Amino acid sequence: MQHLLSADDLSAATATEVLDTAGELANVTGREVKKLPTLRGRTVVNLFYEDSTRTRISFEAAAKRLSADVITFSVKGSSVAKGESLKDTALTLQAMGADAVVVRHGASGAPHRLAGWLDGSVINAGDGTHEHPTQALLDAYTMRARLGRLAGLKVAIVGDVLHSRVARSNVRLLHTLGADVTLVAPPTLLPVGVSAWPATTSYDLDAVLPDSDVVMMLRVQRERMGDSYFPSVREYARRYGLDAPRVRRLPEHAIVMHPGPMNRGMEIAPEVADSPRSTITEQVANGVSVRMAVLYLLLGGKG
Amino acid sequence: MATSKAAQTTSKTAQTPSEGAPTTPKTILSGADLQRVIDRIAHQILEKTEGALDTVLLGIPTRGAPLARRIAQRIHAFEQVEVPVGVLDVTLYRDDLRSQAPRALGPTELPADGIDGRRVVLVDDVLFRGRTVRAALDALRDVGRPALVQLAVLVDRGHRELPIRADYVGKNLPTALAEQVRVSLAETDGVDAVTIQREG
Repeated sequence: MQHLLSADDLSAATATEVLDTAGELANVTGREVKKLPTLRGRTVVNLFYEDSTRTRISFEAAAKRLSADVITFSVKGSSVAKGESLKDTALTLQAMGADAVVVRHGASGAPHRLAGWLDGSVINAGDGTHEHPTQALLDAYTMRARLGRLAGLKVAIVGDVLHSRVARSNVRLLHTLGADVTLVAPPTLLPVGVSAWPATTSYDLDAVLPDSDVVMMLRVQRERMGDSYFPSVREYARRYGLDAPRVRRLPEHAIVMHPGPMNRGMEIAPEVADSPRSTITEQVANGVSVRMAVLYLLLGGKG
Repeated sequence: MATSKAAQTTSKTAQTPSEGAPTTPKTILSGADLQRVIDRIAHQILEKTEGALDTVLLGIPTRGAPLARRIAQRIHAFEQVEVPVGVLDVTLYRDDLRSQAPRALGPTELPADGIDGRRVVLVDDVLFRGRTVRAALDALRDVGRPALVQLAVLVDRGHRELPIRADYVGKNLPTALAEQVRVSLAETDGVDAVTIQREG
């Protein structure tokens, strides 16, 4: 495998290999020397066309722990502002000898285009409303670490599914790994064609909760929508927000996830976000191990 | 991304053109021989480390790990000394990563008391070019600072590419580069044996 563009690129065996490798690499994080010589002499470029704190820093930390040279390229203040095309930027990176390009782009499909122009590996770090495969991997890793398995888990993904690349990648990967996904959202926030996805859908969060092992709350992406998808923030929070009374409807062992950044008080109540059931900070820590595993498996051997 | 665990350390094969047809595997050590060799290594470690106090055995996956556990068991049987055993995966420290498909990672488990100031005996199945041991020395440096590092191997087949020599050798086995030495252990392969075979 040369690129990681979509959760669909991962077979069950490959995805499990990534999760197992991440598990071994997580031990490095606990060591005094948090560095491995594995990717010495390799160059990883972080190409971020959209603002992102945690994904960019996570990839940067992962590449640095494997001793790769990291170039972080934010579009703000770059020649892209002068009108340089994605292809010309790609050719520049190629000329600089980038072995891997981690790309975040507002347009769905941009990483696929980039993969056609570059000799090295392309890793999709989020493209528009399309996919975010490493987020799905770190979510799967977190579920497996907390609950011990993925096959047969009942996962509810709640909220703005329409605009969520996290939801798309998670549905694909979790289906591959044998979990059952239910998408819970108001009808206006479910994409056209959702019936073809390997997931069930529901408009009623309270009905889904008692039978869920995992509840993954999605951020309401106000920057991607007008106000017309639901009547008001208050109404959305009342019907689809995860608050303490709703959490009490969950089974004892169930966990609460959120890919961040959160709108506290909207899709998730602050006391839920900070409760022991919440895996939000673990997800961030696991993200570094999972991205190390992806970089190792894409770049660690013969390309 | 496809890797297989089996391909990881079992076959320490030369990558030179082979001469002649492949041969059937010839047994070098039977199960009983292997047991005697492990006993001898255990005795030698006891002798050379003055009773194996302050000593830690670190096995290199895959087959070094069960070998290290067996040596520790024999040391305990002979002298009632508990020698801590750990596992040190060296995959991420190899210098030949770029020449083949990515390898699956093995576990790294250090004894609870760590390795700082201890006498560490690295344990592996076959000593060949010396690259694995070099990687192990690098890996050790990242997990602690032993007082002393020694090397125990079941089979030394020669063809070193680095100035590395084992302190404890179960069997010196002169080989041609085209030959393949295979160590099988009950824990990983269901049977104890060391065989040699010319590659096809």
